[in-house]
Amino acid sequence: MSKTTYKIPIGPIHPSLAEPMTFNFEITGERIERVDLVPGDNHRGIEFMGRNRNIIQIIYLAERICGICSASHPYAFCRAVENAAGIEVPPRAEYIRVIIAELERIQSHILWAGIAAEELGFNSVLYLSWKVREEVLDLLELLTGNRINYGMFMIGGVRRDITEEHLPRIRKTLDYYKETYQTLENVFLKDPSIAIRTKNVGILTYEQALHLASVGPTARASGIKKDIRQDQPYSAYADMDIKAITPDFFTGEVKGDVFDRIIVRILEVAQSVEIIEYCLDNLPEGDIVSEPKLAKLLAVLKKAKGEGVGRHEAPRGEAIHYIKLNESENPEVWRARAPTYNNLMSWIPMLQGQEIADIPIVTASIDPCIGCMDRVTLVESKTNQQQVLTREDLIKLSIAKTRRMMK
Amino acid sequence: MSVSSIFIFILKILGTLLIAVLGVIIGLFYKGIDRKLAALLQSRVGPPIRQPFLDFFKLMIKENIVPKNAVPWIFNGAPVLALVSTITILFYLPFGPIPALFANSGDLILIVYLLAMPAVALVTGGFSSGSSYASIGAQREMVLLMSYELPLVTTVIVLGWRLNLAFPGLKVFSLASFSTNPIWGIVGPLGFLGAILLLFTLVIVTPAELSVVPFDTPEAETELAGGVLVEYSGRNLALFELTNAVKMVVMGTLTIVLFFPYNISPLLSLSGFPAYIMDILFFFVKLFVVLFFEVTFIRVALARLKIDQASSAYLIFLSVIGLIGLLFMAVDYLI
Repeated sequence: MSKTTYKIPIGPIHPSLAEPMTFNFEITGERIERVDLVPGDNHRGIEFMGRNRNIIQIIYLAERICGICSASHPYAFCRAVENAAGIEVPPRAEYIRVIIAELERIQSHILWAGIAAEELGFNSVLYLSWKVREEVLDLLELLTGNRINYGMFMIGGVRRDITEEHLPRIRKTLDYYKETYQTLENVFLKDPSIAIRTKNVGILTYEQALHLASVGPTARASGIKKDIRQDQPYSAYADMDIKAITPDFFTGEVKGDVFDRIIVRILEVAQSVEIIEYCLDNLPEGDIVSEPKLAKLLAVLKKAKGEGVGRHEAPRGEAIHYIKLNESENPEVWRARAPTYNNLMSWIPMLQGQEIADIPIVTASIDPCIGCMDRVTLVESKTNQQQVLTREDLIKLSIAKTRRMMK
Repeated sequence: MSVSSIFIFILKILGTLLIAVLGVIIGLFYKGIDRKLAALLQSRVGPPIRQPFLDFFKLMIKENIVPKNAVPWIFNGAPVLALVSTITILFYLPFGPIPALFANSGDLILIVYLLAMPAVALVTGGFSSGSSYASIGAQREMVLLMSYELPLVTTVIVLGWRLNLAFPGLKVFSLASFSTNPIWGIVGPLGFLGAILLLFTLVIVTPAELSVVPFDTPEAETELAGGVLVEYSGRNLALFELTNAVKMVVMGTLTIVLFFPYNISPLLSLSGFPAYIMDILFFFVKLFVVLFFEVTFIRVALARLKIDQASSAYLIFLSVIGLIGLLFMAVDYLI
């Protein structure tokens, strides 16, 4: 590096970051030359806590991995356990799950849109979007009892039914979003004030997104048609014809910049409304859970043996849960991978060559959820120093652990 | 020195104190109104109008931290310099029917210089605070200062030049001549258009002077965590807040003096004391309207610009508008 560069740290605590995360920037003038990420400030030991609980207790723990994706993680977790223990889910429960997951997507994307506006210094739009978001939160409270952390999911189904009385209220919300969709489109996609700050900023090309295994709207904005709801449809998604949304639906071309990520998320709000409408029209009759008695369900799970993987397209991308049951009260292994983990490395090509003023909006553009992502922190107990492991170290550790588990 | 001149001297000292205190109070009051109006426009409840006063008193009792890397005398001196230079401008501005305190000694050119002082103080304060965030903020403040100075000066000079053409022999840059001879009355239709362009220029320069969105790039809360002000706390920050409040009054009054110096009393055919009171009230209404369009409306309607965008908006876009205004004025005079 030449002498003209200087270093500025952003984080772990900074107004543009909602959660602790450190970026070390090397900067020339206002231009970013190099960026280094230092995650690991928000490790909560959730997987460890899970290994000391029984399966049903873990559902509520999984829900609290992320406050915004509080339907996605239990969704993926329940699917993993059902996969491992071979539990069938009644069709009505599958539809209700999808309705809750899509309502969550609406609230998550609108929340993100507000945050993005705030990062641009556009507070009016922040207040507008969050006002629009209240409608879906009210509906979620009516359906599940909570605005977030819905407590809706159960192994083999859902805990609450959507009854006839709920339907008019849900349709009212859907109509509200159909009406306000035009407002959102005008504010975010047609407003020059947002366009000049987001077009050609934080570009992630198709190749880079593929190489870094980006997921969710981040990957789709770069033109990768990747969406589990489309690629490996599950639950009620299998009955629908879902297309992964890419920005060329709106502009006719894919650039992979921040503006494209806004387009994808705004269009996905409309897509979610359509999905929920389909689910309401085709809601099958029947049970909402395969085994309503928890003690009996727990007894079945205690005897189960096997591995299971559950995937769900969370608002931020693909959430994967892996579980290994071994005929005991607690699972032997529980692994949760939040979408932010995949998208983290996309920050580096996005941020390089940008200006300081772009840092907040570019970091926000992948909709990071650091708390969901931080699974491991290595700390030397004597010196209290954090360690960074390279790829080789990780491979060595993985091989060692596999050997240990195979014994 | 005679008794009467000593008396006038004491009166002037009392006047400066009065104007300084009133300027601060009115500034904070308008800041409260601005916050409330912005909140209503964003469909929020917003803080009470007295909130800026509460903020100020709270800041005054908070600890005043000087960073280890800072140069203490510059760091502590900058806010005082900023406040003093801004309050000084108040002495040269006529407020509606009240003539300026130092009407005979200062003119518009002095005010333009004094207006740059708070920004210069911010830059020195930012650089001396020994933080990389503050340094970036100070660099941006400098760039912004250099960018908006040209359109501002264009406006001032063109207005003075036009006034001089209309009334040779008048003290052209004296604010009293501006307020007695409104620009709209001495120009033709083309000049009228030019004056509107110049007014537009002044309106757009104001957000940068007051560093509000979209031109709050030097402070950029989400990028630089407060930028130039990041290390300031307690009393020093309170002084900067005061500076900003007073500057709001200054910019509003400047716009009124240059473009809307009308009084309401001739319209209501009042005279004497009631006319005086009505004119003062009318002045406050004008100030309210001007500040609404110069500050509240703009900051609610736009996102923050990047420094290169803000700079080119001033240096290219707004300067061109100012020069077109000048062209219109010149053509208007020649034909």
